[in-house]
Amino acid sequence: MTSDIHPRGQLTPTMDTISRELANIEGTSGRTTIGSRHQRSILYLEDVTVDFDGFKALNGLNLVMDYHELRVVIGPNGAGKSTLLDVISGKVRPTAGRVVFGQATDLIGLWEHQITALGIGRKFQTPSVYTTLPVWDNLDLSLRRRSKGVYATLLSRVSSEESDKIARTLQTIGLTKKARVLAGQLSHGEKQWLEIGMVLLQDPALLLIDEPVAGMTDQETRKTGDLLQSLTDKHSLIVIEHDMEFVRQIAKTVTVMHEGTVLCEGPVEYVQNHPRVIEIYLGRQKEPHASV
Amino acid sequence: MRKRDDALIPENDQPTNRVLAGPLFWITGLVLLVGIPLLNLLPDDSPLHVSDFTLNLFGKFFAFAILALGLDLIWGYTGVLSLGHGVFFGLGAYAMGMHLMLQIGAESVYGNALPDFMVWNQVKELPWFWVPFHSFWFALVAVILVPMLFAAVFGFFVFRSRIRGVYFPIMTQALALVVWLVFNRNETNLGGTNGLTDFKHILGFSIHDPATQRVLYALTVLCLGLAYMLCRWVTRSRAGRVLIAIRDCEQRVLFSGYSPASYKLFVFVISAGLAGLAGALYVPQVGIITPNQIGVLPSIEIAIWVAVGGRGTLSGAIIGATGVNWMRSVLTNHVPELWLLVLGGLFIAVVMFVPTGIVGLFRQTHAKLPCWKIKIPGWHR
Repeated sequence: MTSDIHPRGQLTPTMDTISRELANIEGTSGRTTIGSRHQRSILYLEDVTVDFDGFKALNGLNLVMDYHELRVVIGPNGAGKSTLLDVISGKVRPTAGRVVFGQATDLIGLWEHQITALGIGRKFQTPSVYTTLPVWDNLDLSLRRRSKGVYATLLSRVSSEESDKIARTLQTIGLTKKARVLAGQLSHGEKQWLEIGMVLLQDPALLLIDEPVAGMTDQETRKTGDLLQSLTDKHSLIVIEHDMEFVRQIAKTVTVMHEGTVLCEGPVEYVQNHPRVIEIYLGRQKEPHASV
Repeated sequence: MRKRDDALIPENDQPTNRVLAGPLFWITGLVLLVGIPLLNLLPDDSPLHVSDFTLNLFGKFFAFAILALGLDLIWGYTGVLSLGHGVFFGLGAYAMGMHLMLQIGAESVYGNALPDFMVWNQVKELPWFWVPFHSFWFALVAVILVPMLFAAVFGFFVFRSRIRGVYFPIMTQALALVVWLVFNRNETNLGGTNGLTDFKHILGFSIHDPATQRVLYALTVLCLGLAYMLCRWVTRSRAGRVLIAIRDCEQRVLFSGYSPASYKLFVFVISAGLAGLAGALYVPQVGIITPNQIGVLPSIEIAIWVAVGGRGTLSGAIIGATGVNWMRSVLTNHVPELWLLVLGGLFIAVVMFVPTGIVGLFRQTHAKLPCWKIKIPGWHR
């Protein structure tokens, strides 16, 4: 297909290799075997298509991610970046394709809260916090717990272990002094950090982060970049971003999306000098027959 | 290990104050529960005498307050506006009304064991769903369980389909209209337009006896206190904060591993149970229940009480329901033509100028004015 992989880039299966593998394993259950073929990958998307009444937001997209990887996804507006996160987190159900998390967990057909419980956290583009609750309660509600059902939360109490976790996260995101402030009274940057803290407390194996530095000052942007990089010890991250300076700061591998598929993948300097990437970002004059 | 900072833990997680409210609650409760009935026992010419009429009136208001508490849980806390709570109130009221109808027995106008309206409609035999209501205890259970069951079925489908925003109020309003139409039909065998009335006894006591009414009043105050404690327990739990979180940002709740649909269903069902209880307390004190008391308009009015008192505060729901209804009773006595204008004006004024209602306004002024910095126990959450 159109995937163009840099030699130093991540191993991404082309359709050829996948169909070969599928042919090899005929007769066994394809669903689990595909997952176990990529033992090192935390996320495996194969041929994912999302069709919104004829408009293909994603079009045969393939993506593989390793554990402890920080992957930045860029692409022009409408490339399908947010839809990609929607598919992984269960907000949108793909028309075709498969999404495998970890060893062999098929995510398709699960509800959002079930996917969250499996260990996928999501931070939204606009800060989504509980504005009329204090910062502490925002974090407390997000904390990973054995059960988040009605009965369990009605009877639960704060344990000192949980309070420690929350206090540590407050330090990580630099909001210790504002623990009692209502989240609605925080500045934009602080709300973004709070939401990152909330997602962190879910202790997710995979974090999906949509434009974390939009609207932040330069200093806040740098701090956010440091924070995200420090997370790769324990988590894998997919970050969607437009700010190329920020991308250069944090990215090892960049995936460029265009019209619902992966255009190319590799280190920052590679994708920045890629002729097709320059073309889609600087206009379409070299591509008179481009379909829209 | 680093020392834990206890000061960081929010007050409402301190185990002591989850159910048991502050002294303000107990003092008010005691005055209403014991004080008012005692004043009612004073001789008629005493200046402190509370008339039977007033006692009965406030019994009705406090039944409405229970209803308002229920709506506040689902609207004020969870942000889901139900414009169909009259239905749940009605189910409770009719369940109690059916029992009271059967208690009339042969004392009815036609001297028949069947309720009068059935004789009038030439129904020969008691319909099957009326039969178990001979038992007071069955009626008592049905009063709460029937609305809860109804809410569970309706809520299950609506919340699972993720009906949100303005569509939920519209659907609940449609529900109120449907139920109103069904209850209005004579074929439903629930008294049609005239509803259920002319009750004589409750558990063998004459329903018109002032002593019976005093007991009913006290029971209503007691139920209101218990309902308040239940709501307090729910809203101060972590689940209560999930409800507020759903109001603030449902998407975040969903992606934090909670199922908002389950929480909404839970609170909707509790809320319906409270509404049913309110209906059951209302009927023997007012003496009549008709479809017009449970349809679209009364359902909207409940929302006005809560908005005026203060959404998202339990005291606000009680103050709103009592205050607005008291105002109605004063105004309809003196200038009846003004009441609807005042009610509408009140709602517009609250929405435009005091979105947090009376209680919210009081809390703001209380926080702003330095000379008011007297601690009122139990006032701050």
